[in-house]
Amino acid sequence: MPHRTFIFFILPSLLSMILLIAVPILSVMTQSLFIAHKQILVVSEACGPFGCVKETSVNAEATANLREKEPLGLYNGFATYTNRNHLATSEIEASWNDSAGWKDFFSQILNLPFYKAISFTLTYTFVVTPFVIILGFLIAIGVNTLATWLKGPTIFVSLLPMIVTPLIGSLILFWMIDSEGILGSTLQRIFNDNTLSLKASPVLTWIMLIVYGIWHSAPFAFIVFYAGLQTVPEETLEASVLDGASRWQQMRHVVIPYLMPLAIFVTLMQLMDNFRVFEPIVGFSASANATSLSWIIFNDLRGEDDQLFGSAAATSMLTIIGVAILLTPVLIRAWREFNSKTF
Amino acid sequence: MRILYKIALATTFIFIFGQASYAGCGISGGSIRILSNDFPALHAVVGAAEQCAGSGVTFTKNQTKEHKNFQVAALKANPAEFTSAVIANGSLVPLLNEGLVRPLDDLVAKHGRGLKKHQLITINGKIMAVAFMANAQHLYYRKDILDKAGVGVPTSYEEVLSAAKAIKQKGLMAHPVALNTKKGWNLGEEFVNMYMGYKGQLFKPGSAVASVNNAKGVAALNMLKSLTEYSNPDFLTFDSNATAALWEAGKLALATMWGSRGVTILDDKGSTAKITSNTVLAGAPTVAGGSTPATTLWWDGFTIAKNISDKDAEATFIAMMNGISTDMVKANNDAAVWLIDGYVPGKAAAGVSASASAGATPYPMLPYMGLLHTALGSELSEFLQGNESAQQALADVEAAYSASAREKGFL
Repeated sequence: MPHRTFIFFILPSLLSMILLIAVPILSVMTQSLFIAHKQILVVSEACGPFGCVKETSVNAEATANLREKEPLGLYNGFATYTNRNHLATSEIEASWNDSAGWKDFFSQILNLPFYKAISFTLTYTFVVTPFVIILGFLIAIGVNTLATWLKGPTIFVSLLPMIVTPLIGSLILFWMIDSEGILGSTLQRIFNDNTLSLKASPVLTWIMLIVYGIWHSAPFAFIVFYAGLQTVPEETLEASVLDGASRWQQMRHVVIPYLMPLAIFVTLMQLMDNFRVFEPIVGFSASANATSLSWIIFNDLRGEDDQLFGSAAATSMLTIIGVAILLTPVLIRAWREFNSKTF
Repeated sequence: MRILYKIALATTFIFIFGQASYAGCGISGGSIRILSNDFPALHAVVGAAEQCAGSGVTFTKNQTKEHKNFQVAALKANPAEFTSAVIANGSLVPLLNEGLVRPLDDLVAKHGRGLKKHQLITINGKIMAVAFMANAQHLYYRKDILDKAGVGVPTSYEEVLSAAKAIKQKGLMAHPVALNTKKGWNLGEEFVNMYMGYKGQLFKPGSAVASVNNAKGVAALNMLKSLTEYSNPDFLTFDSNATAALWEAGKLALATMWGSRGVTILDDKGSTAKITSNTVLAGAPTVAGGSTPATTLWWDGFTIAKNISDKDAEATFIAMMNGISTDMVKANNDAAVWLIDGYVPGKAAAGVSASASAGATPYPMLPYMGLLHTALGSELSEFLQGNESAQQALADVEAAYSASAREKGFL
C-alpha cells in the first residue's frame, strides 16, 4: 500500500484516537499538576437562627480575580502526586526511619489511603482474574456438552449475572447479606453466631467483594470461551482420537492451545476491569473495609462540597500507570506469540 | 351520561376555583427556577411557591438529592440555570465561596414583611439567605423499653451508655443503640456533634489549620466507640435510611437521628402502633458533665442567584415568600421544625427545639469545613473497628485535611 493511501486509510481512526484518548489523558495530566489559588479569606460577623458568630469566609471577588488571571490554578509540579493522600513519599520516609521492624513499617504504610486502596485493588485483581478464567472455561465446556435444546436456556441463565448492572446487583445483595436479610440471617443460623456480619469484618468484606466479582465476571469469560469452542477444528480433534488421545489429552493438547489467544484476551480485559473495581464497593457500602483507586477518585470528586480535581487527576494518572504495568507482561507474551506465528 | 357530565363540570369548577384562590402573589411576570433537596418539607415550600405560576410567570423546579453536586456549576452559568437554590448551612458555603448568590437586603426591605430577624442569614452585615426550617440530630428513645429496663430518660451520653447496658443485660435487645455512623459524611457528622458536646475547637482560632488531635477529640472518639459497642456490628454502613428502618422494625431503643426523620418515623406507615406510640423525641444528650448538647444545629433556607435579571430575582423572591407563608405552615405544621410565624411545635419537633433551646452549637459555616468533614468521614472508621488508636486516627484526619486544604488554597 502506498504511504499516501495508508495515511488516508488510518486517518479517521488516528484522529478519533487522538481526540478521544490522547487529548483527555493529556488534559487530566495537566490538571494533576495544578492546585487551586490561595483563597483570600476575610473574617466577618455571620448571623442566623441560632445567633451571631465571627466566621471566616472567602472573598469571592478577589479569589475570582486571581482565577481569571490564571484559570488553571497554581502550578504545583508533582507535589500532588507525592502528598499524603497519594504516594506519600515523605510519610513513607518518616515511617521507614521511625518504625520498629517490618511489621510496624507495613502497618504504617497500609494506614495511608493510597496504599490501603492499592492493597485491596491488587488482591481483588489477582484473585478474581484467574478464578473468572478457570470458572468461565469450565462453564463453557460444561455447556458445550449439553444437548442442543438445553443450550439456549442454559446460556441465557448463565449470562444473567453479567446482565445485572454491578451497582444494582451489589445493592440487592447488600440488603440480602444484612444481618436481618435472608442470606445474612441464614449464615448466622448455620454458624450459630448472631454477631456474624459480612459487612463488619474486613476479611469477610474482602471475601464477599471477591466472590461477588467472580460471580459477576465469570459469564464474560464463559461466553468468550464458548464462542471459541465452536470453532475448534473437528479434524484435529478426530485425528487426536485416532491417535488414541483421552478426553483429558484432547483438552490439554488441542482445545486449550487453540483457545490460548482468547484466554489472553480475557486476561487483558479482566485485569483492566478488576483493577478499576468500584461499583461493588459503593453498592456494598464497603469503603470502611475496602477501598480501590477508583473509589478514591470518586471520593475526591464527590466530597462534602468541594471537588479536589487535582487529586482526582493525580489518582487517575496513577491508575493508568498501574494498568500499564499490569498489562505489560500479558502484552509482551501476546507479542511474542504473534511474532513466532508470522515469522 | 348525565352523572359523568356533572362530574366533569364539577372538576372544571374546582380547577378554576382552585387556580383563582391561589392567584395574587402580585408578580407581574418573569421566570422562577428553583433547585432544592428532595424531602417532604421542601416539597411543601416549593409547592406553595409554585402557586405563583401563571399569567406571564413561568415556573420550573428541580428537587433532587443530587442538588449539592451541581448547584455551583448551575449557578455559575450566566444567566444562571436556577434563580433560587434552596440550601442548608453546609451547602450555602460553596455558593458563598464562589460569590454566586446575591445580597437580599433590598428585596427583604421591599417584600420581606413578616420575616423574623432570626430567619435572616447575614454575613458581614448583608442578608445572603432566608432560613425557614431547623434540623438537628438528637435522641430518639423507646419509653416502653426504658421502663422495662428500669432506667430513666437519659440526658447525657454517659446515661445513654448505662441505659444501653441495662437493656442488654436484661436481654431486651441485643444492639439497642444506633447512630448514623456510615463511613463518610455521616460518621464525620457524628464526630463533629460529639466534639461540640466537649466544646472542642475544630480549627486553630483565626486560621484554617485543623486542631482535632487533642484530649477532647480523643474523648469524643472514645465516647463514639463506647456507643457503637452497643450497636449492630454493621454500624459502619448505617445512614439515615438504615437507622430509621431499624427503628421502625423495633430493633433499637436509643438512637441519635435527624429531627427531620421524626414525621416519617412517627406516622402509621412502616412500623407497628406499639413502636410508634412509645417513640419519644428528646433533646440531644450532653456529654462529660457539659451543658452544651452534643449536636450541631442546621437550618434550611433559600438564596437568590446572582447571575439573573433583577426582574427574575424579584419574582423568585416573592414566590419563595409565598412558599414560606403562614398558610403553608398551617397546612404542613408537622412536616418540619419551621422558623416561621404560625408554627405550633408538635411531637416530631420536640427533639430539635429542646436541643436548640439548650444552647446547641450551629454547624460551622467555614469555607474549609467541608474538607475537614470529608477527612473526618474517611479516616475515623479504623479506630471504631479497633484497628488503630484514637490519636493515630485524629492525626490521620489532620494529615488528610492538610493535604486537601493545601490543594484548595486554604493553607
